[in-house]
Amino acid sequence: MRIAMANRMTPYMFMAPAVIIMAIALLYPLGYMVWGSFREWNPSQSIGEAEFVGLKNYIFLWSDPNFHESLGVTLRFAFFVVTIEMVLGVGLALLLDRDIRGMSVLRTMFILPMMIAPVVVGLMWRYMYHPTIGTFNRFLETIGLPKVDWLGDYALTSIIIADIWQWTPFIFILSLAALQSLPRSALEAARIDGATPWQQIIHIKLPLMMPVLIVTGLLRLIDAFKVLEVILVMTNGGPGLSTEILALRISRTATEFRELGVAAAMSNYLLILLLLLTVAMFGFTRWQEARAAKLRMVAQDDDQ
Amino acid sequence: MIVLPVTIVNVTGNNAWGRDEMPNIRLEKLIKRYGNVEVLHGIELDMADNEFTVLVGPSGCGKSTTLRMIAGLEDVSDGEIYIDEKPVKHLEPKDRDIAMVFQDYALYPHMNVARNMSFALRLQKRPKAEIDQKVRDVAATLGLSDYLDRKPGELSGGQRQRVAMGRALTRDAGTFLFDEPLSNLDAKLRGQMRAELALMSQRVQKNMIYVTHDQIEAMTLADRIVVMHGGVIQQQGAPKELFEHPVNKFVAGFLGMPPMNFLNGEIVERSGDVFVVGEGFDLKLDGAKAAAAKTHSSKDVILGVRPSDLRYDANAPSNGSLSLDVLVSEYVGAQSVLLCQCGPSKVMVELGSDTPVALGQTLTFAVNAGGVHLFDRKTEVAI
Repeated sequence: MRIAMANRMTPYMFMAPAVIIMAIALLYPLGYMVWGSFREWNPSQSIGEAEFVGLKNYIFLWSDPNFHESLGVTLRFAFFVVTIEMVLGVGLALLLDRDIRGMSVLRTMFILPMMIAPVVVGLMWRYMYHPTIGTFNRFLETIGLPKVDWLGDYALTSIIIADIWQWTPFIFILSLAALQSLPRSALEAARIDGATPWQQIIHIKLPLMMPVLIVTGLLRLIDAFKVLEVILVMTNGGPGLSTEILALRISRTATEFRELGVAAAMSNYLLILLLLLTVAMFGFTRWQEARAAKLRMVAQDDDQ
Repeated sequence: MIVLPVTIVNVTGNNAWGRDEMPNIRLEKLIKRYGNVEVLHGIELDMADNEFTVLVGPSGCGKSTTLRMIAGLEDVSDGEIYIDEKPVKHLEPKDRDIAMVFQDYALYPHMNVARNMSFALRLQKRPKAEIDQKVRDVAATLGLSDYLDRKPGELSGGQRQRVAMGRALTRDAGTFLFDEPLSNLDAKLRGQMRAELALMSQRVQKNMIYVTHDQIEAMTLADRIVVMHGGVIQQQGAPKELFEHPVNKFVAGFLGMPPMNFLNGEIVERSGDVFVVGEGFDLKLDGAKAAAAKTHSSKDVILGVRPSDLRYDANAPSNGSLSLDVLVSEYVGAQSVLLCQCGPSKVMVELGSDTPVALGQTLTFAVNAGGVHLFDRKTEVAI
């Protein structure tokens, strides 16, 4: 009796340390943030001293043009980077899915940008974009073209380019893995059926890669909504609010404007957005698994 | 429940598929190398119209590679492939007028049965009505009409196999290539599909080239068997010819179930008669065999006798029989397969299960006339 009890408890006891750390490190700050978002809260106050204001922070943000601007920038940024990265990453994978000498070296090189710390990426691109000593403008100068104010007139485009440079490899390696796990014989059958390389991509490869591509795209989208360091280093949100993505606005609201409650509310809006995306992603994989299971059931042999 | 489609009618009869003459395929000194390793050593093969050719051999013998080279899925290292006297080595698979059925069926998992079958025609931009008609016809002949909307994942193994064949049939191809199409099915289903294939190949007047490692498939389906081993064609010909007159020990041992028994022996002449003598046997050779053995350069031979050529006969003369000690009896129904000892060698024989046999007993088996095969012990070539 006692032994059976102990046996039942054993797994929970092993899990307990992890659960406690999770609770402290994740749930406590999260709860703190939600609680804080209902208060008029200045950094000089402890949270207990802050005045409870209900949904005021949320309602304020709902009609705050700066928040709208920031949300718009974030949505535009996320849309463009994910779209372009998907096209480039999948395209590269399709091109490089073959046996060529030195391909493994090439593949490793392609995924290097992903391994560099974001702050370093930000600094690197900031120097390359520099109006006078930057690589791009010096290059434009040598071939006799006018200089471009990269981080001024084209700030959003410039940070989008940097992000594409850094994160296309992520989609590339996942697409390549998906491609290489496609059934070879189906592709051979397509060749015999008369499909040109282009038709093989359209009719066979892309449809079969789609489950992986959808999850990859969602992962990138979630990441794109949270991006901070690279932009912080490159433009710090400027000029004006043109590159002030949400994560950056949250950080500035808390530190510069000293409105912790509003920052917390903004974080919660972002959290809800990301939660929706994550749920969509899990929903998609669950739906897929359920569908596969159903298919297996149906196929349980008609041969019998 | 599998319902054998009994109405395989006019799949291509009446020229519904548009052709009388099927292309003649010829392989000329076909060589395949992977790096420095040569795996096919100059394959020469001529396949006539409407012939069901089976390439058979143990795994690694180069049969699948040969087929894939004909299909255009593997590059040809040397030599040439002619289809209707036209060299096709450098042509894409789609330009070779072939259809292929793969071992794992290679169905497109995201397309339903109808779209799988019509994929080639859709790529050719044929009129929709024509495509629909053709898919319906082929599906009807294969018993797939009720499954046209299903995806491959919703089909059983046998049905997928049928769809793979349907996809090949829907094409207007002159030659069908089969790469071990039945090896993923369970034994019972394999027997059924083999029968269906035989039926189909009679109705569909096409060239068929079929690769298998299963000699029963080869024997039952082929007009012509090509036995391959070690990247070389060992022998080709009608199944009966290969079974009765194997050119070497490999072919003799590969075809037939249970396999041929091999016993080391020596050619001995006694008072004008020729005998093959070994531990536990002393067989008199007759007619042509005796003449061939007498003139053969080496006296060291291997005696080959098929289990089916050994007949239980207690009164058989000793110069026309083998004395065998029964080691194991395997009951397989009406027949039992006995594993026996004959001198240093093991010998398998078949015996009606109603014959009482005790393990350890010594039995006398008469050798049927014409049942004696002799091979040179060194070269293993038939004498």
